[in-house]
Amino acid sequence: MESTLDIFVKAIFSENMIFAYFLGMCSYLAVSKTVKTAVGLGAAVIFVLTVTVPVNYLLENYVLKEGALAWISDEYATLDLSFLSFIMFIAVVASMVQLVEMLVEKFAPALYGALGIFLPLIAVNCSILGGALFMQERQYSTILDATAFSLGSGIGWFIAIVAIAAIREKLRYSNVPGPLRGLGITFIVTGLMGIAFMSFMGIKYGEEVAEDDTKTEVTTAKTDQELENR
Amino acid sequence: MSTEKGSEPLFSKKNKKLITDPLTDNNPVTIQVLGICSALAITVQVSQAVVMSLSVLFVIIMGNLIVSLLRDMIPSRIRIIVQLLVVASLVIIVDQVLAAFLPDLSAKLSVFVGLIITNCIIMGRLEAFAMGNKPWPSILDGLGNGLGYGAILIIVAVFRELFGSGTLMGYSIFGNSLPGEESGLYTLGYQNNNLMILPPMALIITGIIIWVQRTRNKALIEEH
Repeated sequence: MESTLDIFVKAIFSENMIFAYFLGMCSYLAVSKTVKTAVGLGAAVIFVLTVTVPVNYLLENYVLKEGALAWISDEYATLDLSFLSFIMFIAVVASMVQLVEMLVEKFAPALYGALGIFLPLIAVNCSILGGALFMQERQYSTILDATAFSLGSGIGWFIAIVAIAAIREKLRYSNVPGPLRGLGITFIVTGLMGIAFMSFMGIKYGEEVAEDDTKTEVTTAKTDQELENR
Repeated sequence: MSTEKGSEPLFSKKNKKLITDPLTDNNPVTIQVLGICSALAITVQVSQAVVMSLSVLFVIIMGNLIVSLLRDMIPSRIRIIVQLLVVASLVIIVDQVLAAFLPDLSAKLSVFVGLIITNCIIMGRLEAFAMGNKPWPSILDGLGNGLGYGAILIIVAVFRELFGSGTLMGYSIFGNSLPGEESGLYTLGYQNNNLMILPPMALIITGIIIWVQRTRNKALIEEH
């Protein structure tokens, strides 16, 4: 099994929400004109992802999955409600966003001032629902893993939007061909950033490192034998 | 739409414009920048892009129709939740149909079918058009935007599949690329461009489409 730390690092870099899966591109392109707003939206995404994915994880494992209702009584043990997962997840996301907005407004007015206008937008941000669906598809074994994944994805998204916002602020002073100005150049720059981020695929995670070690042992053993044969 | 529907032919000039505008100068993907999330991830193969476009077309037309019929009954404070539920139910239908009839493609599309729910084009059209218009124009608007989205998807997919894998809809175009049994162009030393299959190229191709479109129509150029 992958360790929790691996899941976390992977979610930030090699499986970055923006560069590997294009999730949340709409708000990524719309709200990346200045670094300040990008930081606000990025923080809100980290926050909401970290809250909603564990809730959806509980929902998936204790209500929706095949046999998940066994904790009520045996007669429910054969039920499979997973066809309802889309509607349940989106309802959870929309209501959690509302709840988070109310709580933040009540208990952290300063944070609310900073995130305020971005929170409602987030309900329809693909990366939030995408986080829940990836969690469902990958079947994380514990809620800790699911939380690590969601926190990592949020941070990855944050890094991406802050980076593109900083680049766009500088781009304003460069001489971009007319038809490419604005949207076009942002797409191409994001593509180039994606290529740069692909270099993180080279990171070795716990499991793979162990496998590679055995491989090298085998190859050295082979060469030893060959040498003996000679 | 202030005029009575009875006095207006079904395909009046205004209604035709609803379909043709999103295909050209008001394209949802390249001009309004909506629905990018799902648009780019599934453009590695043309067949995936076609299935995705048809799914979105179905959801957007039906969603526009339902929301337009309900528009006077939906309280404006909870309209986003109502719209989300309408879309989510439609997407569940699409997902179940795909899983039953096209299990291979359904597995390849994985989470991206579910992500149609948060596709900004659909929410955008429901909010901006269906909430304030009659059912018939809403259907046409859905049709136009769905086609505009599908057009970009398929153009990107054609480039990526043709140059990335040398095939279109799964049929080889340039001959056999397997090492040892090359045929067609591959005997001349032609190579598939593996970069095309990687995610970043989808962004760059879309960027180039935007470039071409805005070069042809200078009015679309942004200030900054």
